[in-house]
Amino acid sequence: MKFFTCWQGKRRRQNRKFAAFSSFVHKEFLHIFRDMWTTLILLLLPVLMTVLFGFGITTEIKNGKVAVLDPSKDVATQGIVDKLATSEYFTIAYRVNTEQEIDDLFKQSKIGMAIVFNEKFYENMLHTGQAQILLLADATDPNTASMLNTYAGMLIASYQMELSKNLGTTPLQITPELRLLYNPTMKGSYSTAPGVLGLVLILICAMMTSVAIVKEKQMGTMEVLLVSPLRPITIILAKTIPYFVLSLVNLTSILLLSYFLLEVPFVGSFLLLIAVCLLYIFVALAFGILISTLVNSQLVAMLISGMVLMLPVIMLSGLLFPVNNMPLVLQWFSCVVPARWFITAIKSVMIKGAGFDAIIKEFLILLGMAVVLLGVSIKKFKNRLE
Amino acid sequence: MLKANNISKKYKTVQALSHISFEVGEAEVFGIIGPDGAGKTTLFRILTTLILADEGTATVDGLDVVKDFREIRNRVGYMPGRFSLYQDLSIEENLNFFAKVFNTSVKENYDLVKDIYQQIEPFKKRRAGALSGGMKQKLALCCALIHRPTILFLDEPTTGIDPVSRKELWQMLRRLKEQGITIIVSTPYMDEASLCDRIALIQDGVFLKIDTPDNIVAQFEGTLWGVSADRMSSLLQDLRKEPGVLTAFTFGDTYHVKVDPMKIKKKELATKLEEKGYQEVEIKEIAAGIEDCFMELGVNTKMN
Repeated sequence: MKFFTCWQGKRRRQNRKFAAFSSFVHKEFLHIFRDMWTTLILLLLPVLMTVLFGFGITTEIKNGKVAVLDPSKDVATQGIVDKLATSEYFTIAYRVNTEQEIDDLFKQSKIGMAIVFNEKFYENMLHTGQAQILLLADATDPNTASMLNTYAGMLIASYQMELSKNLGTTPLQITPELRLLYNPTMKGSYSTAPGVLGLVLILICAMMTSVAIVKEKQMGTMEVLLVSPLRPITIILAKTIPYFVLSLVNLTSILLLSYFLLEVPFVGSFLLLIAVCLLYIFVALAFGILISTLVNSQLVAMLISGMVLMLPVIMLSGLLFPVNNMPLVLQWFSCVVPARWFITAIKSVMIKGAGFDAIIKEFLILLGMAVVLLGVSIKKFKNRLE
Repeated sequence: MLKANNISKKYKTVQALSHISFEVGEAEVFGIIGPDGAGKTTLFRILTTLILADEGTATVDGLDVVKDFREIRNRVGYMPGRFSLYQDLSIEENLNFFAKVFNTSVKENYDLVKDIYQQIEPFKKRRAGALSGGMKQKLALCCALIHRPTILFLDEPTTGIDPVSRKELWQMLRRLKEQGITIIVSTPYMDEASLCDRIALIQDGVFLKIDTPDNIVAQFEGTLWGVSADRMSSLLQDLRKEPGVLTAFTFGDTYHVKVDPMKIKKKELATKLEEKGYQEVEIKEIAAGIEDCFMELGVNTKMN
């Protein structure tokens, strides 16, 4: 009997502790939703970013403007130009007579690609069995350039097949020669959805969490909370949960948008994808907590999350610039940017359909980061004000 | 209820507290009175386990502030000097939150805060940030009381609020004392000293005196005059120049002048002032108040 009442008492105490915790979480949600702008930004920003990045760096190009320099004006050149013009990818915007004109058009960004034929194109082709076409592409936008190039190559190849079939002679060879302008070393394309995921999750988790915790310090409420039975770890945990929930909402909206609007392929295991995302969210939350233990003002917390987390995520994760193209020092530095590993892993799982064995390295690195960051944060937790 | 023994605390270059020792009994209202920067907040933070003293020990409700800090945090109520509630939450939400944080509910201890809460209840849906200074303090007091603490620490609860609210707040403190709650309260207003059972005068981190307000006043030595005239601005300097005048301080719309009655008489001083061109000169012998004692003590320490 005595044991029972003792057990009951313990049970009640635990219930109350949980009530304190859940009331804290409830309060956090109130903070978030009370400020309409915060709520709006938190929920709409990811959607906006997905759409903007998605369409801004879209992987599909329609109506690319093309200039044609065609001194031959024969059946074959006409056929190829028609082939391009009737496809949905190209619009023949200019017919020019000199290379200088092409140069000008490129400089004014009026065209994305130019096609240059030799003189007596058809005649030469029949004689020698092969012909060259020069494709000039504006590689300041590397993705567009490589897309246009691919499409043009495909269309030319298909024209070549038709022509060979019709003539019934020895196979003809039309070789498109690509020249990338302005940026000859450009590397291949990337998909935007993983990048946006990496960015948004860091933004929501790290920045918002650190700011929310530091706000308690700055407003003096931490002082009151510390003089209460709540342990600092409970306070921190309760403050991160709402942002964890929010990032799950954002994760869902980004994935839905990516799939339905941007038509990003989801080849791999969905569970694995979610697992990697959750791991990354933990890393980001731990980052936010760590920042909050280091600084005392919301502005500083914001700047640190912005400078130390967001910028490297944008610049060094491979979202905008391929990691392989970076100077060696930056490549080393990019190793500590969690988004770099996250984006690689997500691309493998989502687009290439890789299994867990293919991303084990990235997974372990992210796991290690989460453990280290949480460990340091817990060590830095203070039971007192100083 | 509370014992502090030889507490010292230093911030980088400033000695915030030096060798503070005092005791507070059960259900006592103990006032710590001193100007801004005297070390009141530091002392409160040490006693509420928020920071550690460099030297000395303290117990609250028999518990050591360093070793047993967790248990102390269950028992004390603390209201910091700065308004420290959630400005974007309503009165109701704030109170409910703090009740839950202390593992209790508003219902359970409503009787304790009822008197205070009823005054702000009509605005319970209003956000704390939109309340007047007095209402904010009442809400903060409710939140500090909602878990029925045995000892209450109030750091400058009356700073920056209107005189009516100040009076109400002190009435509440008296009622809480009747409920058996020990109250340690700090204030820069010396006129609030007489509302405490005992007071400590603090300046530059040193307790100048600890006693009941009556005793402190009774210990005032010397003769005190209240002096006023038409040109108050230059009067203070002229008064200080007079032989026989020991000290002179501003006190509301008069000057309190401590004199050596062997060297100067009231009439004499009046004549001298009139000779200097002052009109409407008024000199009255007055009984010393707590402020006069503080001024005197303050002056003494500065001279040392």
